[in-house]
Amino acid sequence: MGLSVCIKKDLGDFSIDVSWEVKNELAVLFGYSGSGKSVTFQMIAGLTEPDSGVIRLDSQTLFDGTSGINLLPQRRFLGYVFQDLALFPHMTVRQNILYGAPDVARAEKESRARELIKQFRISGLEDRLPEKISGGQKQRVAIARALIRRPHALLLDEPFSALDSPVRADMGKLLKEIQREFSIPVILITHDLSEACELAEKMIVYAEGRVVSTDKPEEICSLSVCRNRETFTTRPYDLAVPAAVRT
Amino acid sequence: MDSSAWFSMRLSLQVASTATLLIVFSGVALAYVLAMKNFRGKEVVDMLFTLPLVLPPTVTGYYLILLFGRNGFIGRPVFNATGWSVMFTWQAAVMASFVVALPLMIKTTRAAIESVDINLLRASYTLGRSELSTAIHVIFPLAKKGIMAGAVLSFARAMGEFGATLMLAGNIPGKTDTMPLAIYAMAGSGEWTGANAMAAAFTIVSGLFLYTANRLGKRGL
Repeated sequence: MGLSVCIKKDLGDFSIDVSWEVKNELAVLFGYSGSGKSVTFQMIAGLTEPDSGVIRLDSQTLFDGTSGINLLPQRRFLGYVFQDLALFPHMTVRQNILYGAPDVARAEKESRARELIKQFRISGLEDRLPEKISGGQKQRVAIARALIRRPHALLLDEPFSALDSPVRADMGKLLKEIQREFSIPVILITHDLSEACELAEKMIVYAEGRVVSTDKPEEICSLSVCRNRETFTTRPYDLAVPAAVRT
Repeated sequence: MDSSAWFSMRLSLQVASTATLLIVFSGVALAYVLAMKNFRGKEVVDMLFTLPLVLPPTVTGYYLILLFGRNGFIGRPVFNATGWSVMFTWQAAVMASFVVALPLMIKTTRAAIESVDINLLRASYTLGRSELSTAIHVIFPLAKKGIMAGAVLSFARAMGEFGATLMLAGNIPGKTDTMPLAIYAMAGSGEWTGANAMAAAFTIVSGLFLYTANRLGKRGL
């Protein structure tokens, strides 16, 4: 059970060749910008087609290059929170959330939306447009929208990058709650090492389109490993590493 | 304005409204395909639909005669089957206006559709929405300013259509003489008072539509 990914993609001057697996846990894809994390998410979600490989979610094959299986994004039942959140600007908060469950009966959809609005502490904002709410509130709406369909996995592409530290910490707690409640693979992309180490139950470290390390965060974030971080990363990564860890 | 002038005004509005209705449906569909799909010959298709924008309307009208005339490529089988030809009818004026004004709708709407953030479309797909549902609920509402401006511009262009209409529908008083044709006929026969009144009325109506198009382009509905 969980999400397993083994894919290759040639993007001209850059290629991705990765293999990893995430069970029903909160995992972090960690690496510097341009290491292929977001493209990997796009391939998992069916927005970009891999050249070859296999993607499986629980017992379902989402993509198999050999047998020609390539499910449409609509049929993959994945929650996807984009870096810019991609909230529909012409829809209210409630409409944004309800939009995420097209194949659910009206009454059930309304009931789920009410629960999510309460759980995500966005009550009172239902009739506002996204431009009229704060960054943290937008994050909550985007995640609620992704969850109303009861997806089989949740992908979050650096959704906290524009938030202040206290709000980020709050969102981190929320993610852990979501993972526990829904019991699905929750995978977060970040290039913030401290955030990764704090949130992750499992870390997958990317560099130049390859997985250079897959382990528990205690191992990857330990000083001994970080001293040898050049083995899985390059200079831009150093900027993300807290000074205390660099010693 | 006398009764023939009012007839021309009504006919112009009827022709332009009908043509605009057809233009909105087909123009939005064509613009969507050109904006969202990649296929071989896409730019050739775009060029073909844009040509009436740069060709003299008489040339466009000439091609329409070759296609829809009684001996035309499409007109002949239609005439043989039904005994009816579109030539010299008000429907011919609609056809001429449609072809000449369609590029304005396509260009404006395509630009509006292409300006919608691609991540919004991707988000919609990952939320289980089909391409049609995404077009209806996300793309068209966000592109509505461009679509409305395109429709208004097309209407104004259809109202003013002259050359292709003259070639295809002729200038038959009380049947196909739209306002531009009626003004042309009045000026040709020295009826300056009537020509002045109709030209003024036409300028005011067209000006109003352009003003509306500009407002829609800036602020939306």
